[in-house]
Amino acid sequence: MKAFTYERASDARGAVEAVVNTPGARFIAGGTNLLDLMKLEIEQPQHLVDVSRLPIAGIEDTDEGGLRIGAMATNTRVASDSRVRARYRVLSQAIVSGASGQLRNKATTGGNLLQRTRCPYFYDTSKPCNKRRPGDGCAAIAGHIRESAILGASTACIAVHPSDMAVALVALDAEVETLSPAGHARRFPLMELHRLPGDTPHLETHLIPGELITAVVLPPPPPGGQQYRKARDRASYATAHASVAIAGGRIALGGLAHKPWRAVDAEAALADGASPAEAMARELKDAALRDENAFKVPLATRLVAATIAEAQAQAGAGRDA
Amino acid sequence: MSSVHDWAAPNPVTTNRSGLIGKPVDRYEGPLKVTGTAPYAYEVQPPSPPAYGVMVGATIAAGRIADVDIAAAEASPGVLAVWTHRNVPSQPPRGAKAHPRSTAGSSPALENDRVSYFGQPVAFVVADTLENAVAASMLVNLTYEADAPDVDFAASLDAAGQPPGEQDVEIGNFEDGFAASGVKLDETWTTPIQNHCQMEPCASIAWWEGDVCVAHTSIQMVKPAQHGLAETLGIDRDAVHLMTRYIGGGFGGKGQTYDDLTLAALAARALKQPVKVAFTRQQMMHGTIHRPATVQRVRLGADKDGRLNAFSLMTWTHCHRSGSFTEHASNFARALYAAPNRLTGHRLVRLDLPHAGPMRAPGEASGTLSLECAMDELAEQLGLDPVDLRIRNEPPVDPENGRPFSQRQLVRCLREGAQLFGWERRTAKPGQVRDGRWLVGMGMAAAIRGNFLLPAKCSFSVDAEGVITVRQGMTDIGTGTYTVLAQIAAETLGVPLGKVVVEIGDSELPPAPGSGGQFGAATAGSAALAAGMNLRKALAELATGDPRSPLYGDDPELVTFQDGVIAIENKSETLAALVARAAPEGLTVEGDSRPAADMREWSTQTYGGHFCEVGVDPVTGEVRVRRMLGVFAAGRILNAKTAKSQLTGGMIWGIASALHEGNAVDPRHGSLLAQDLAQYLVTVQADVGELDAIMLDEVDDKANPMGIKGVGELGNSGAGAAVANAIYNACGVRVRDYPITPDKLLAGLIAKGL
Repeated sequence: MKAFTYERASDARGAVEAVVNTPGARFIAGGTNLLDLMKLEIEQPQHLVDVSRLPIAGIEDTDEGGLRIGAMATNTRVASDSRVRARYRVLSQAIVSGASGQLRNKATTGGNLLQRTRCPYFYDTSKPCNKRRPGDGCAAIAGHIRESAILGASTACIAVHPSDMAVALVALDAEVETLSPAGHARRFPLMELHRLPGDTPHLETHLIPGELITAVVLPPPPPGGQQYRKARDRASYATAHASVAIAGGRIALGGLAHKPWRAVDAEAALADGASPAEAMARELKDAALRDENAFKVPLATRLVAATIAEAQAQAGAGRDA
Repeated sequence: MSSVHDWAAPNPVTTNRSGLIGKPVDRYEGPLKVTGTAPYAYEVQPPSPPAYGVMVGATIAAGRIADVDIAAAEASPGVLAVWTHRNVPSQPPRGAKAHPRSTAGSSPALENDRVSYFGQPVAFVVADTLENAVAASMLVNLTYEADAPDVDFAASLDAAGQPPGEQDVEIGNFEDGFAASGVKLDETWTTPIQNHCQMEPCASIAWWEGDVCVAHTSIQMVKPAQHGLAETLGIDRDAVHLMTRYIGGGFGGKGQTYDDLTLAALAARALKQPVKVAFTRQQMMHGTIHRPATVQRVRLGADKDGRLNAFSLMTWTHCHRSGSFTEHASNFARALYAAPNRLTGHRLVRLDLPHAGPMRAPGEASGTLSLECAMDELAEQLGLDPVDLRIRNEPPVDPENGRPFSQRQLVRCLREGAQLFGWERRTAKPGQVRDGRWLVGMGMAAAIRGNFLLPAKCSFSVDAEGVITVRQGMTDIGTGTYTVLAQIAAETLGVPLGKVVVEIGDSELPPAPGSGGQFGAATAGSAALAAGMNLRKALAELATGDPRSPLYGDDPELVTFQDGVIAIENKSETLAALVARAAPEGLTVEGDSRPAADMREWSTQTYGGHFCEVGVDPVTGEVRVRRMLGVFAAGRILNAKTAKSQLTGGMIWGIASALHEGNAVDPRHGSLLAQDLAQYLVTVQADVGELDAIMLDEVDDKANPMGIKGVGELGNSGAGAAVANAIYNACGVRVRDYPITPDKLLAGLIAKGL
């Protein structure tokens, strides 16, 4: 681990200024991902600005009938919030299917969105990785890993985004609120937060350097059922081979791409009366497959069909109640 | 030499007057472990502030170090030393023994410029803090001349040959018998590399007191570690004081020392201050040993009644280029089922991979994953219940050497397990039971694991307060050694558990072989019993020979020990009073035990039956274990709690072998893909529903004087096969390539139209 300096921010604006004005500075919140990466020197910040005590950890009702989740609200807090559980169950389900209880107690909403891939070659610093060193090459492409993208991958990177929470948030049409280095607040769809790898896989979001996520805003819950399903090697503390978030008519997919994947084509096909299998065939028509990850196509297809059925049954049960 | 017949005589353990033997006594060191106050080697407080050593692993699998640049590392803050093969203090060549009777030879660190596996320690940095040492270690700049590594096991099977000194074992004529069999099975299974992933990584701290190297390390066997370090340092064996008081898991991976110990000792000598060194989790994967991958071909030939006529298990496996370790996955099968025509053996190929070595139930853990599934497949072909098929092939004596079994309750394990588990509710046809989204199935498998007894010594002391202190160079790797030694001592001397102190894990204590091969409790315990008997004798003679004792003049043979009191009929005094008066400095005696000369006239094994119910999600191919029961016969049980914990722990490992564990080799680099515990998956709580282990009443008086056998590895034998068989019963898909992950199972489910 490289030596670094540290300060604790007392307000959001000060935190942004500190990061902008200090070379090599990074925000740290729960630290559940960043510290691991620093120990391996995959991340080498020279200065850490601790935002974990900023007063942006609350969960508030919005005038529009949604919720504003402060960026520092822990994953545990969000998943167990009674309003989230009652009205955004897909979010609660997604969060508790990720990481472990101990990690969720520390991990924050903003940090969860910005966690980095679990591609094993990203963590093995003896191998080339375009995320770690742009232009270095990608050891995963000729490797034999199941944990790779089938959608939106590039010749520079086949990593997938590991977050479960973000998949549910995309299905819920959430927005992100940020504070920019110039001190301006902005708000944009969470779907537009993450990037595809292209030839710059080290750039993972559209945030500008020093921009701080301050909140995630949920619109009122959509009509219809909600459900999150995740397929993985073991029942806890494992990343998704594929995951599905259903919120009303919206579908988001996890484990398949460099970002949480909104299945727009599948949604449209379903609205046109297609079966889930037909809809997923349309969604995955451009999937780029490798021997090791080709199983994700039938897996995601079957998972979407099952999850839609469960969401509909859940919506029905909700009406009956 | 003694005979096993001598062991049939009653002794305090077998008589168990106060009932301590077998009791589910809490762990002796439990409070220390759960409060984090049992110091592991890395946490031992040295006499002065330590420096911190960090190893650097090679980033090639084969080749040589062409150039070394340590200038930046040496200039890094806080750095005290930077070593490579060019400047490491000289050490005797590998394997050298200055003392002919050393149990291990020299094992030099940073030996030369050759690299023979990925992750091999090739440089070493010592600094004033761990952070400075880590930072400097990243600045060591090594230039390699890499050779193309030969690391592809699956592609190397044809290059595999007989392991050194071994031959195939054939009884009858396998090929003819197989050809003549009416019902046949010929299938191949594969198992992956597994890493031990102990909670506590390998770690050491060392300092020098004059000419004596004091070292604390995390090790299963004390004497080889002490001797090996002495040989490597080029000093007398008595000049190494090696300790390993508390250990966070061994599983076979700490049966040997690694460069952490050597480098800590060398650096402490060079820097004249304590030095501690730990493997990182990532370094553990390559820098220590692993269970190698296997390919196993099983051929079974039977008649229509299910009697095996021909049986073969052949195993292909791999080890390090310089090694000879063989995962003996076929051995257990030689004692399991009757069949007149039998062929078993192993093929070994040397690769540029890290060192293969023993892991919990070496051999059985891998081999049962094939044979016990093959038996399930054969039962289906024959239309027989899998339990019934096994019972039909129960041998009356050891099927290969003709020796009588000392005890064999395999059939009872299977029958009682079937009954307790509700096996009769299993539908023979797969894919018939659904519970919500889950397809539900049951599977079973037999368990077998050999039993061993090695020579050991132990000392017992009693002080003026009547406290018994057990001292032995034994280890407790989390198994319960402290606890069962305390129980044996308390029962033998007739004192409450609170009056027993156990000191183990120290090279200056009477030697015992340590923990491994599930021989620990029997071996260490037998020596403890012997020492206890000697102390009884010494105390009886002390009392009957002391005019001030109420027992004076009586026959020492008649003395009894109970509740801290030494007595003959109604004459008595407390142990404390006797020792305080007649031997105020206390009494110390030694005892030893060794295998009986005629032990090998019996086939001595431990047995069990596993029964498992799984749910398979037909949508995703995900598997969850809903219930699992193991019924075991392993001799007298010393402690129902620690034994059960060993057995259920082994069963969980079996679940992991079936469903989760395995590490893949990157054939380009010779490195393992999973390098931390987020990537290397072991079974977690949420994967396992109800889990239970039952131990049948048994005394095996051919095993040792206590009639006990080992349980540390038995639970891991057969458990994975029971899971795999349950998966087939649930959904009709056989996956013979472990672990059975969702991607593999899904392919089979889709092929079946599910």
